[in-house]
Amino acid sequence: MNFFQRLVRQREFVIFIIVLAVVVAMSFASPIFLTEGNILALLLSLSIQSVMAVGMVNLMVGGGFDMSVGSILGFTGIIVAMIMKAGVPTPLAVAIGLLAGVAIGLWNGIVVAKLKINPFVTTLASLSIFRGLTFALTSGRNIAELPKAFKAIGQTRVAGIQLPIIYALVLVVIGDIVMRNARFFRQNYYIGGNEKAARLSGINVDGMTIFNYMLTGVLAAFAGIVFTARMGAASCQAGTGWELGVITAVILGGASLRGGSGTVFGSFLGVFLMALISTSLTLLNVDVYWQQFVVGVVLIAAVLIDTLGSVRSAAGPAKKQAIGGKAA
Amino acid sequence: MANAILEVRGVTKTFPGVKALDDVTFLLERGTVHALVGENGAGKSTLMLTLGGVYKPDSGSILLEGQPVSFESSSDANRAGISVVYQELSLVPNLSVAENIFARRQPTRALNLIHWDRLYRDTRELLARFGSEHIDPRTPVGELSMARRQVVEILKAMSVGPKILILDEPTSSLTDVEARELFANIRKLKAEGISIIYISHHLSEIFEIADKVTVLRDGRHVCDAEVDQINEEFLVANMVGRKIGNIYGERAAGAQAGEVLFEARDVGRKGNFQGVNLRVLRGEIVGLAGLVGSGRTELGRAIFGAEPADSGEMYLKGRRLAIRSTRQAIQKGIGYLTEDRKSHGLYLDFDIKDNLVANHLRDFCSRVGFLKRGKIEEFARGSVRDFRIVTPGINQILSNLSGGNQQKVLVSAWFGIRPDLLIVDEPTRGVDVGARSDIYKLLRSFAARGIGILLISSDLPEILGISDRVYVMREGRIAGELSRGEASEENVIGLAAGVLTRTKELSI
Repeated sequence: MNFFQRLVRQREFVIFIIVLAVVVAMSFASPIFLTEGNILALLLSLSIQSVMAVGMVNLMVGGGFDMSVGSILGFTGIIVAMIMKAGVPTPLAVAIGLLAGVAIGLWNGIVVAKLKINPFVTTLASLSIFRGLTFALTSGRNIAELPKAFKAIGQTRVAGIQLPIIYALVLVVIGDIVMRNARFFRQNYYIGGNEKAARLSGINVDGMTIFNYMLTGVLAAFAGIVFTARMGAASCQAGTGWELGVITAVILGGASLRGGSGTVFGSFLGVFLMALISTSLTLLNVDVYWQQFVVGVVLIAAVLIDTLGSVRSAAGPAKKQAIGGKAA
Repeated sequence: MANAILEVRGVTKTFPGVKALDDVTFLLERGTVHALVGENGAGKSTLMLTLGGVYKPDSGSILLEGQPVSFESSSDANRAGISVVYQELSLVPNLSVAENIFARRQPTRALNLIHWDRLYRDTRELLARFGSEHIDPRTPVGELSMARRQVVEILKAMSVGPKILILDEPTSSLTDVEARELFANIRKLKAEGISIIYISHHLSEIFEIADKVTVLRDGRHVCDAEVDQINEEFLVANMVGRKIGNIYGERAAGAQAGEVLFEARDVGRKGNFQGVNLRVLRGEIVGLAGLVGSGRTELGRAIFGAEPADSGEMYLKGRRLAIRSTRQAIQKGIGYLTEDRKSHGLYLDFDIKDNLVANHLRDFCSRVGFLKRGKIEEFARGSVRDFRIVTPGINQILSNLSGGNQQKVLVSAWFGIRPDLLIVDEPTRGVDVGARSDIYKLLRSFAARGIGILLISSDLPEILGISDRVYVMREGRIAGELSRGEASEENVIGLAAGVLTRTKELSI
């Protein structure tokens, strides 16, 4: 297989072409599309989801799944805001917020890996538990007027670029490198690809699964802190439903629900494409309600292109005998 | 004994309700190939998994080069020098050959990042050692043939530099030619001083490759023998604890093949096979041989409508068939026993009776579409009796049955549709001797009742043992047709490998 064939067969390639096509089309359709202001606004709007997507793709490659990231985001924002209001200094409050994310991830991970509860059910419960807790703790009220030092986390500009964009890009770059090259993170491809095989190869499957949920949790918590800081206020509603957006983006970017495939770069392209679609539709004065519709169409189209492509290349006995993902 | 590299002393292992290993003793000498045989459930796999560090023995000891050892995990066993090649391939299809071989032991550089160049170089070296330079280390394993996956699996086990290599049914998905390649590699390893434990159902392989053999039965050690001092009959008698004559059975006296039942004329399916002419007579067992990938299975699946043919014509009982789906095939009286019973054939979490009626529920419905329990149970009890399925009852969950009995359930489920033509694909893969002989008897009895059987198999003795006539496929075409008298090992292999070319025209 030569380099070009290899390239074309990556799911990232399909989505990269789609992104490129939209960008080119939009640069003709809208004069302000390729301005610095619009690009920065686009990146800012996708920075929070990108942070969560890095955790999610790592988890999904390892065969996991997390519905609770949106709730973790909202919960962390509220917790951090509340304890700062109670007089806890900003750095400590942020540390506690991150720890809360780690703890929720640990809980999810233990329930999935040790108690063998289905990941969807486990994290669906967490989604409900922590969103409920968020509302219960605040009686549904938002918390505003946060310390300046805290707001700086989300509102500072470095060389004209907002910090959330920088966080996201740094995490995406590091995440992509370690998932491609670090032995530790590569273990997830074995686990998601064939869990039994991974165990026989001496991989600590349960430990790795718990770690994955913790990583997803802490990144969701970080996203919650950055989002709250950027808004300057903590909202009970923050992050509601975002888990679906993040999972959609990760799948768009080439990950499989069965585990074993996916990359950080692909997931970032997925997030990017979704933000691109909403920006483009806004610039084209399309009703905002059409955005979800278009995202759905693009998702199924990307997955179909990929599936039909691989059916053709793997026709015949090879396809039938391929060991299909994890045993149920 | 100074020459012993591994000694198992009085090892017992109990699972809830089963004594899987009962005071088993086993001695492996350095640089030998030692076969381990026994029926399913004899304890071979348990012994292998105990040596491989997956199970811990309840009592008894394992001595490696004279030193007692105790393994907590498979990586412990690896470190001690014992490596297992598992029967269910333990590979990850999405990852490359190199990453599969060096799972968790990839060479790294600073920051624990993988050193890709070295990984590929090391893999190429290993591949070269096995004369498999043609495999690209970057290819995803899912794109390789079964034979090549087997090579990768063995290289994975070899990459830790073991002193002892345990091979569990390594030829179960290989054709004869591929198995020969494997044997050559095993001899190479033996010459390098590696000791090998070889587990197999195929007794002929043992005489080809092993030096010594140990027989297990019901978790107990039965006997040890030097391979050159015994014969197949001796092994079978010790394995089953009773004498079995010819496992392939005899053709019923007076049975005669009838008129043409099924006929394929110039049938093809793009990319799989083409120009296939083939006939099955009433009451005839027709073997379909060929290498894996020769189009055998695809042809069987096309006749059954699973992946329909796109050219040519097919006739059943003289009537033209236009089958586009498996549902239509079943209605016309064509049954298909899949080669992959676990993922395509059976509902392992359901009980025997549900499995037996799954493909013809219609026969058990009342007029308004409700299932008639009593009728189902009566049918299931009859099948269990007629097909000698060994089970405590018809409500037993299928995954609790042995492979051989699962296969009998599958055979009887298909017999239930009262087929005219039954296509059976690898009917005895992973099935022990006793159950195999039962399955052959079943197939013969079906034939005696006028059913035509198309037997697809990689197991050459099986093809030769029960077929009335044999077609050999090669690269998607029928390479030749052999009558019972002409069908010999040499002829079939010759046609399959393309050494022999013979195109006997069918007289249509």
